[in-house]
Amino acid sequence: MIVEYILPISIVVVIGIVAGIMLTIASKVMAVEVNEAVHTVHQLLPGVNCGACGFSGCEEYARNIVDDKTVKTNLCTPGGSEVARKISEVLGIQFEAAVGKRAIVKCSGTPDKTNFVMEYEGLQSCSANKLFYRGRGACHNACLGYGDCVTVCEFDAIHMVDEIAHIDKNKCVGCGMCVTKCPNHIIKIIPDTQRYYVKCSSTDPGGYTRKVCSAGCIACKKCEKVCEHDAIHVKNNYARFDLDKCVNCGKCFEVCPVKVIQYIPE
Amino acid sequence: MKEILIILMSVILVDNFVLSKFLGICPFLGVSKKLNSAVGMSFAVTFVMIMATAVTYPIYRHLLKPFKLEYLQTIVFILVIAALVQLVEISLKKYVPILHRSLGIYLPLITTNCAVLGAVLLNIKEEYTYIQSIFNAMGAGIGFLLAMVLFSGIRQRIEHNPIPIAFKGVPSILMAASIVALSFMGFGGIIENIFN
Repeated sequence: MIVEYILPISIVVVIGIVAGIMLTIASKVMAVEVNEAVHTVHQLLPGVNCGACGFSGCEEYARNIVDDKTVKTNLCTPGGSEVARKISEVLGIQFEAAVGKRAIVKCSGTPDKTNFVMEYEGLQSCSANKLFYRGRGACHNACLGYGDCVTVCEFDAIHMVDEIAHIDKNKCVGCGMCVTKCPNHIIKIIPDTQRYYVKCSSTDPGGYTRKVCSAGCIACKKCEKVCEHDAIHVKNNYARFDLDKCVNCGKCFEVCPVKVIQYIPE
Repeated sequence: MKEILIILMSVILVDNFVLSKFLGICPFLGVSKKLNSAVGMSFAVTFVMIMATAVTYPIYRHLLKPFKLEYLQTIVFILVIAALVQLVEISLKKYVPILHRSLGIYLPLITTNCAVLGAVLLNIKEEYTYIQSIFNAMGAGIGFLLAMVLFSGIRQRIEHNPIPIAFKGVPSILMAASIVALSFMGFGGIIENIFN
């Protein structure tokens, strides 16, 4: 009787009670203190985990703001000034307005201006196409046009227009997810205050670029010569702005023979 | 040493837990979508299998067997494994937060996973010694990792290919799983030929 009934029941009950007590003690002894402020800040952030702030995600950024007072509250580009102000209020830190950022596509190679070297029928993705003889374009630094950036964008800000990526500046928050996704690295982030940019990233020599694309930068250096502020330089066969020096005077824009320097209206 | 090698080889390749014993199918189908999560899940399973074997083996030997209460093993093991996983999770959270962040979400999932319980029960059934049981559990975990990694690769290929609508989703995945399981039958008899 005792061995048949009481013993099994008591063994299971005892194991259950022991496990219960151990877990209770463990959860008390090894309790991890969750900082309330981290949770509040995390709630304020947009929660898209884009990494534009330089941390691995919204939670990580929230933890760093709370723990380290030198970390600025305006690093969140999707949230912008609004979020920065709220976080500063919660933590009682001096508020600084966020500088808006936006993404730009540095390629103007629509099908009427450049040509393709293949008829690609494989997996419809830029990174897959890139593996295949460096992409379908005659220019190796062109927009591949399969929209990897469109898929990665959390804000519906990128669309394919004329087979190249087009960024809707009203929707773009400058998080930079497309920048890391693009296999040709032709998307860049610039501050909202910058009015001009070079819409080409061709590192091929000017002559070759001219042959394969009527819109590409031919590295003629006219912009470099006309610039009074030493803010634009031709390096690796295409013109690049020095964003710290550029004053948005627009002289390079006027002088460019292939009209590859673009003006962004306010 | 030779026995341990035989145990490892057979539990990883011939008697793979997922592909020939059909244990742990739920995480095999559920978490194999991405390679990263498949690997994370497999390490969590391996870890819990080893811990569970280390704890349940003495309980069986010194508590259940002397009183002839072998029939209680299933319920006692479930109880012990569940408590153990909770304990491990709490201590990881406190002392190794980085590991907790990568394994943490999978730990509650495998509290009473059938692969873990299966590993523990099979150790008893095969009458392994303590050391052999630990290695068997480790091998079971590695076999699980192998199956998960292989299958996550196959699933990524499936998703990018045109499949008839009727087979999209679960049907095609189940068919792929059965083909992978079939291919693992090719390992049958390999142990006898290597070691004898």
